[in-house]
Amino acid sequence: MSTPNSSAAATGAPQYVITAENLTKRYGDVAAVDGISFSVPAGEAFGLLGPNGAGKSTTMKMIGGVSQRTSGTLRIMGLDPDQNGPEVRAHLGVVPQQDNLDEELKVRDNLLVYGRYFGLPMSYLKPKADELLEFAQLTDKAKSKVDALSGGMKRRLTIARSLINEPRILLLDEPTTGLDPQARHILWDRLFRLKEQGVTLILTTHYMDEAEQLCDRLIVVDKGKIMAEGSPASLIREYSTREVLELRFGSERNATIGAELEGIGERLETLPDRVLIYAHDGEAALEEVSARGLRPVTSLVRRSSLEDVFLRLTGRSLVD
Amino acid sequence: MSAVTTGPGPASHSVTEAARNRHFGPLYSRNVRAVIARGLMATKSSNWMVMLSGFFEPVLYLISMGVGLGAIVGSVQGPGGGEISYAAYIAPALLAVSAMNGAVYDSTWNVFFKMNFAKLYQGMLYTSLGPLDVAMGEIFLALLRGLMYATGFTAVMGLMGLITTPWAILMIPAAVLIAFGFASFGMGITSYMKTFQQMDWINFVMLPMFLFSATFYPLSVYPQPIQWFIQAMPLWHGVELLRQISVGVFTPATAVHIGYYLVMIVLGVLLTTGRLRKLFLK
Repeated sequence: MSTPNSSAAATGAPQYVITAENLTKRYGDVAAVDGISFSVPAGEAFGLLGPNGAGKSTTMKMIGGVSQRTSGTLRIMGLDPDQNGPEVRAHLGVVPQQDNLDEELKVRDNLLVYGRYFGLPMSYLKPKADELLEFAQLTDKAKSKVDALSGGMKRRLTIARSLINEPRILLLDEPTTGLDPQARHILWDRLFRLKEQGVTLILTTHYMDEAEQLCDRLIVVDKGKIMAEGSPASLIREYSTREVLELRFGSERNATIGAELEGIGERLETLPDRVLIYAHDGEAALEEVSARGLRPVTSLVRRSSLEDVFLRLTGRSLVD
Repeated sequence: MSAVTTGPGPASHSVTEAARNRHFGPLYSRNVRAVIARGLMATKSSNWMVMLSGFFEPVLYLISMGVGLGAIVGSVQGPGGGEISYAAYIAPALLAVSAMNGAVYDSTWNVFFKMNFAKLYQGMLYTSLGPLDVAMGEIFLALLRGLMYATGFTAVMGLMGLITTPWAILMIPAAVLIAFGFASFGMGITSYMKTFQQMDWINFVMLPMFLFSATFYPLSVYPQPIQWFIQAMPLWHGVELLRQISVGVFTPATAVHIGYYLVMIVLGVLLTTGRLRKLFLK
């Protein structure tokens, strides 16, 4: 069982909208999700951070009731998604990893028709669709065909569509993968507004910056298991140092330089293209490297990130 | 950059609150009409030529075979023993074929595309729709097309003077029954198809069924074992049913033909719903 986070504990018993205990999904002998447990209180932005194939999307599908779990318990708004799929999904907005907009319909019609799937009346849907088009900055595209939209526009339309039923929980599977930086920032801004309005966000990502920007709390998943759980800041505090010194000595030297750097900083990580020195004070560590007469090709001092947490926990990079 | 005025946050509208609190089982949310509405909206922008060709195909057969070949054949024995023109003999059979083609086109090729390329059903099943809503909605759309083809073809028969009894108007609902049988099964079968090559197998089954199901000549020309085989096929029952209705002659066999389709419909809907559940709610 996960423990309630501090803010929820302060207001008494937290209202969990999602609870998973020993959630497991097997495909034959392979466990895509291997006994994970977590709880999400209402209004939280909760992240699943991990590399491709970690089991993030499978977990999302089980929450949406479109993939049946092998074992464990799962409750969404107190309902079992395997037993009450349509009822559970009435509470959800889903942004799948790949856009599945209705290409045969125009932009605004996509929103109207999707709302009808939830059994919502047209008198509600028409003003709501216009409002969401505004929100997604697509008002002038209302009558366009879907395939005329750019990748970022399609993504925003998919998010607008997922909001048509005013969901309490929004599931976002890799929401910004494949988008250019500007489109990502627009999306983050929209998601942040939703969070401010009290929508619970469940987000999978393999971008650490995205997780740091958006998530109150996250679990780091790898090979179907939870490696760590906490807020981005607390995970960095717990599993990494304040700063990191990145050194590049050229691909030949990187592998052998380790012994000569022994004792600098708290920990050393050797990657194929660079050496990472974890230290409270990166500049001081760099001075010590120079003092030992070592001359890296490039050097960079930066703050620790979730990438470093993941590296520490699994020995691998998030994006490779 | 404007904020959402009323806010998409939780429970700001009573209708969304009501939509959240509806209760239903894992397969069906009583919302078939949303799937139908979507289909009609999409049809507005779809290719009308494809739809029209499905209507004209049997009409062309009727003209070439009925009028052309009919001039050589003369009159033949219809159901109940009366002499009817060759065109009047094959017209109800072609109507059955027309109903089959319309239903099969919608429930196979259209569904195949939506399933594998447009990912339409994945999107639908992430809402509060259940697989039974989706299956029933798609089948209904196929029936609507079948109804349009049947009505058009019956009108052509009337114009050609091939309708001799008021009973013939019942060919339209009967054609819809035939379409229902094919549509419900077609969608279930399509769910097994993964490639375009496999989809060609459907044509490979349909064409011989069209040619040999006593469409152009009576079943009695075949040796007994082949007769049995043809009688096991769905189209033969449709051809016989409509042929009987076209002249207003009803026998106990009429009930068998109708029963055949009723069973086909039930099995087809069960198959399709089960397959959609298996494919999309893994």
